[in-house]
Amino acid sequence: MQEAMIKRAKELLADGTVNRVMGWKKGEFAYDITPAVFDTAEELEQDFVCDDLTQANVSKYLIKESRKEGRILAFLKPCDTYSFNQLIKEHRIIRENVYVIGIPGGPKIDVEKIKAKGITGILSVKNEDYTLKIETIYGTETMPFYEAISGKCESCKSKKHVVYDELMGEEGDVLDSNRFDMVEKLENMTAQERYDFWRGELSKCIRCNACRNVCPACTCESCVFDNPASGISQKAAADSFEENMFHIIRAFHVAGRCTDCGECSRVCPQNIPLHLLNRKFIKDINSLYGEYQAGADTTSRAPLTDYKADDCEPSVVHERGAE
Amino acid sequence: MLKIAASRLNELFDAIAEKQTLYIPVDREPNTAEYKKYESGMTMSSALNTVRSAKDFFFPQTENLAEFKVEGKSIEVKDIRQENEDFVVFGVRACDARSFSILDKVFLSEPVDSFYKNRRDHGTIVTMACTKPAETCFCTVFGIDPTVPEGDVSVFSDGENYFFLDRTEKGTEFVKSVENFLEEGDAAKLAQVQEQARSVIKKLPLAGLSTDSFGGDKLNEHFNSEKWAELSEACIGCGTCTFVCPTCQCYDIRDFDTGHGIKRFRCWDSCMYSDFTKMAHGNPRTSQLERFRQRFMHKLVYFPANNDGEFGCVGCGRCLAKCPISMNIVKVMKALEVK
Amino acid sequence: MQVNNDFQPVIVAFCCNWCSYAGADLSGTNRLNYPANVKIIRVPCSCRVNPMFILRAFQKGADGVIICGCHPGDCHYTSGNYYTRRRITLLYSMLDFLGIERNRTRLEWVSAAEGAKFAAVMNSFVDEVKKLGPNRRLEDLRCRKQ
Repeated sequence: MQEAMIKRAKELLADGTVNRVMGWKKGEFAYDITPAVFDTAEELEQDFVCDDLTQANVSKYLIKESRKEGRILAFLKPCDTYSFNQLIKEHRIIRENVYVIGIPGGPKIDVEKIKAKGITGILSVKNEDYTLKIETIYGTETMPFYEAISGKCESCKSKKHVVYDELMGEEGDVLDSNRFDMVEKLENMTAQERYDFWRGELSKCIRCNACRNVCPACTCESCVFDNPASGISQKAAADSFEENMFHIIRAFHVAGRCTDCGECSRVCPQNIPLHLLNRKFIKDINSLYGEYQAGADTTSRAPLTDYKADDCEPSVVHERGAE
Repeated sequence: MLKIAASRLNELFDAIAEKQTLYIPVDREPNTAEYKKYESGMTMSSALNTVRSAKDFFFPQTENLAEFKVEGKSIEVKDIRQENEDFVVFGVRACDARSFSILDKVFLSEPVDSFYKNRRDHGTIVTMACTKPAETCFCTVFGIDPTVPEGDVSVFSDGENYFFLDRTEKGTEFVKSVENFLEEGDAAKLAQVQEQARSVIKKLPLAGLSTDSFGGDKLNEHFNSEKWAELSEACIGCGTCTFVCPTCQCYDIRDFDTGHGIKRFRCWDSCMYSDFTKMAHGNPRTSQLERFRQRFMHKLVYFPANNDGEFGCVGCGRCLAKCPISMNIVKVMKALEVK
Repeated sequence: MQVNNDFQPVIVAFCCNWCSYAGADLSGTNRLNYPANVKIIRVPCSCRVNPMFILRAFQKGADGVIICGCHPGDCHYTSGNYYTRRRITLLYSMLDFLGIERNRTRLEWVSAAEGAKFAAVMNSFVDEVKKLGPNRRLEDLRCRKQ
């Protein structure tokens, strides 16, 4: 696929359809892949990469890129197209300035999962018939492909591209995913258990803001957490309250807009399952106000800027029974 | 050399913890380690390094500096400084051990940071030699030998035993305090393990990285380099690299209104943040390019300029592993290298 | 949890200017009793209540937070309270998800004519929160009065 992508990108550059290509650049090792903009065919040939380890969602970069001169080519995985579409809906991306090629999605490999097996000194990772062959400084290691699948791909919601100008590979379907399983499991715990679970997770937070900054839904010019007058210790892990506050409010601010792309959990240096907060909102929205998938279209009203006269009362929360 | 059998390590921990607070790296998840206060029965992590660096022990992410109480027109300032208790950090790697001497240059030069000094005076650092470095390791580039780490006491493992080498007065005292647990041991196998580690270190993918293009006198070569635009292009402006970095030492001081008083605290700051060094007129670095450049220029040019050529990086590789977009100091050094 | 009979919870009540605040006023003019623990904050519309207000109240020492607005359909701004309803439902559900006690939060529709309801709601809410004891899961230790 990578070769075909480079070939097509070069054609589109050559015929003037686009003047830049948004893609990913090779790193020092197999896995340290950086989103990058390519200007020439030579650059593409030299550094362009799109393999099993290429996870980053590049939609957010297109906000800035679509405001530059000329058209840019963007390769978007199915999940990325949802983020992209949502950004169009919010008038953040100028659609005409982006030429979208839909590419097949994952499952992608998360190198953290390979490292978690104690495999270190990783030089290259190859998928041979769903067995990963990992060359390391200490010799060759193997592990099953499915054990290294990235968290965001494990509960893939859709293989369908919701927006594209052309498609490479076959179009997939919206999947019947298991993505709410963990949310449900937590809901079935007692309040004390849930509290302990989240204290354990959120107390790891180092307030690096990576989740916020990578999030394609977090596109405010100036974030409330960067406002010195808001009384929030934006970058200080000052008190457990601050951690709760930051993550609740961040999830709330993207509620109804989060497409569940999973980038927040992917980038968290402390492996906090932040996507569960977003999924809780998505699950609640689905069950209380009707099925809604952010990014699936560009015209519907978002659940939090909409209402019905017979919406349920907040007491549904209290009616869940004794804790 | 004095040694203890690996199977008896926890006896040693128990003995240390009886006298003072002991911190050891433990696994939170497989291969994800963090320093924890030792409690009987904990197992020391076998991970190469902790996700967060060991700088927290001396320069915590958040610490209170003073308190104010305002009543009417009078302000009462409360000095909350307290003498720290003695503590031991066990299992610090060579990179982090070197980071302390870098932090010392910042915090212990005049005017001395009393909060930092207090912790430094009371902390004993027991380091652990590396036997299985990762692909992201490049400490040797900065003249660090991971098989012989600095610190108050260096510990070496040959797989079956841990050998102790005291390097400072504090270290000697520490070894003396646990003498009962140690016995004289044969270090022949250890030499073998070290030799093996050294041969791996030579072959590490980043071992060939060169610092020749950098240093205090290289400001003009790099500051206006066109490469910064490309390098910083994908940076999302989060603080991950700075917060996991063992040598990043910038901080911010803020006041928190508790409703019945003011707590003045300091917290780590990140040059990647839009409000870094913000002044009345705004931020002197208005673009992410400038903020990104600041971080690497600080480590590779400004710091050596002010500290006899010592670089502000120890090659621990944390930023390589954790950057959300995988941009890091190695890529920057390679891109800016003058051939 | 330790049962403390002397415990007097701090309750923050966000009341919309047009209905609930007037309702509170009426309850006062009618000399109805409701506990003095309830601190009323007047907002132009229940829709003005930013989720951060609620969290901030807990941070600074509230043991319970209640939001009062016009009955659905009666909003002075036509639809403000409909938005409130969705938002607050989701927020309360999230707080519940994080293990914060459900009964520390409440929303009630109180009209300008419902002075008696206002007093009754506050009485029952204070009782409810009293049972829960002080807010510990969503407090900021820095703000705790020694």
